Amino acid sequence: MPLLEVKNLAASYGALTVLQNVNLSIEKGEVVSLIGSSGSGKSTLLRVLMGLLKPNAGEVRIDGEKVDYGSRSSLKSIRDRMAIVFQQYNLFQNMDVLKNVTIAPVEIKKRPRADVEREAKAILDRVGLSAKLKSYPDQLSGGQQQRVAIARALTLRPEILLLDEVTAALDPELVNEVLDTVRELAAEGITMLIVSHEMGFVREVSTRVVMMDKGQIVESGTPKEIFENPREPRTSAFVSKILRH
Amino acid sequence: MFDRLIEEAPRFFTYYNMIFVLQAMGTTLLLTAAGCITGFIFGFIIAAIRATRDPLLKPLRFLVIVYVEIFRRIPFLVTLFIVMFAVQIVSRNVSLFAIAVLSICMLSTAFLSEVIRAGMESVPRLQIEAAETLNFGFWRTQFRVVLPQAWKVIIPPAFAFMVMFIKDTSLASQMGVIELTFTGKSLMNRGFSPFLVYGVVLAGYFVMSYPLSRLGAYLEKRLASA
Repeated sequence: MPLLEVKNLAASYGALTVLQNVNLSIEKGEVVSLIGSSGSGKSTLLRVLMGLLKPNAGEVRIDGEKVDYGSRSSLKSIRDRMAIVFQQYNLFQNMDVLKNVTIAPVEIKKRPRADVEREAKAILDRVGLSAKLKSYPDQLSGGQQQRVAIARALTLRPEILLLDEVTAALDPELVNEVLDTVRELAAEGITMLIVSHEMGFVREVSTRVVMMDKGQIVESGTPKEIFENPREPRTSAFVSKILRH
Repeated sequence: MFDRLIEEAPRFFTYYNMIFVLQAMGTTLLLTAAGCITGFIFGFIIAAIRATRDPLLKPLRFLVIVYVEIFRRIPFLVTLFIVMFAVQIVSRNVSLFAIAVLSICMLSTAFLSEVIRAGMESVPRLQIEAAETLNFGFWRTQFRVVLPQAWKVIIPPAFAFMVMFIKDTSLASQMGVIELTFTGKSLMNRGFSPFLVYGVVLAGYFVMSYPLSRLGAYLEKRLASA
């Protein structure tokens, strides 16, 4: 049984349809990357999965269990099992690094503070930020903030980690420090659904690549299939445009 | 004129007159403090109601918007009379002071709710979405994420309104509440020179509002650099 299964999912912003007939399944341990031009619905799909935008049709199952996006308890349960890292990091500006990372596990999941802090420090150490526990987000670089955001998501021990263009807002020299962190996570077998424009990275870490266009999934395959031998003209057009420079 | 002031001064600055003025200042401060405290509490509740998105709460959101828009636009004197006559329909035994407190609270709630709402809206929507995905509930999001970031925006205009409330309480004298302006009228009726009487009233208002303005300016400066 796939860990995450999306069937015929559709969503819209008012009259504008942004997702239609999306089918996707992710097995445990897979790293699936969504590619496609801006506005193709990649980030919207992540927002729908996290319950930030209500789907108008279709269904999402996690571990076979159907998610009801209209029900608070179902939403709570899916947000317990999935965590998202945003393009703009979205760290709480009024809290230091350690607080940002520990607040949800301690206050929402009610885990013992000492345990959470120990785990958070270990994770922050792994992403190279053990010296910044008491810093506030505005004292950190974009790359550091994004690594804190990844640490915050990991401390929640999610079954699936969603990464929404996590390097898009970063200066070029900071991109690699964040990608290295994600590479390590992939190597550890964490299930991830990634939206990224870093094609070299996508090709390297993904077990599967999914091409989206105009709110629909165009095709999906191994990185090799998608980048070297795409079946769909829209995919080859996109890939050749991206790889040209 | 100065001769007259000098001649009147010993009769004016008596212990009992000064107690009268100080007590009235106390009433003015009490009215203002009640207004500010209630205004902050109910203003926050109104701002929070307006931040909700639940379709079921739509009528409630509509009601609070109507309340805020009306009470921010009518003169305070009119509010006082509306409250006075409305209260008298229910009971004839309510004190004028209670009516004045109720009126100033209605005024301050309307004004401070707008200041608080503007402050809360200055916090980026993405911060609230991040809280949502971490399973924060509505109130936890408000208290842990929104308000701690919004108060920098809330404090400076809130102080300006508090100074305004001090001044607005003077209108309660029109109903007969014995606050600072009322003592002015009352002392004038006892034959003291208006310059002397209103000089003291002026000094009284200044002593109460100036420190508040300074505190506001100080906080604004500190918050800007923070």
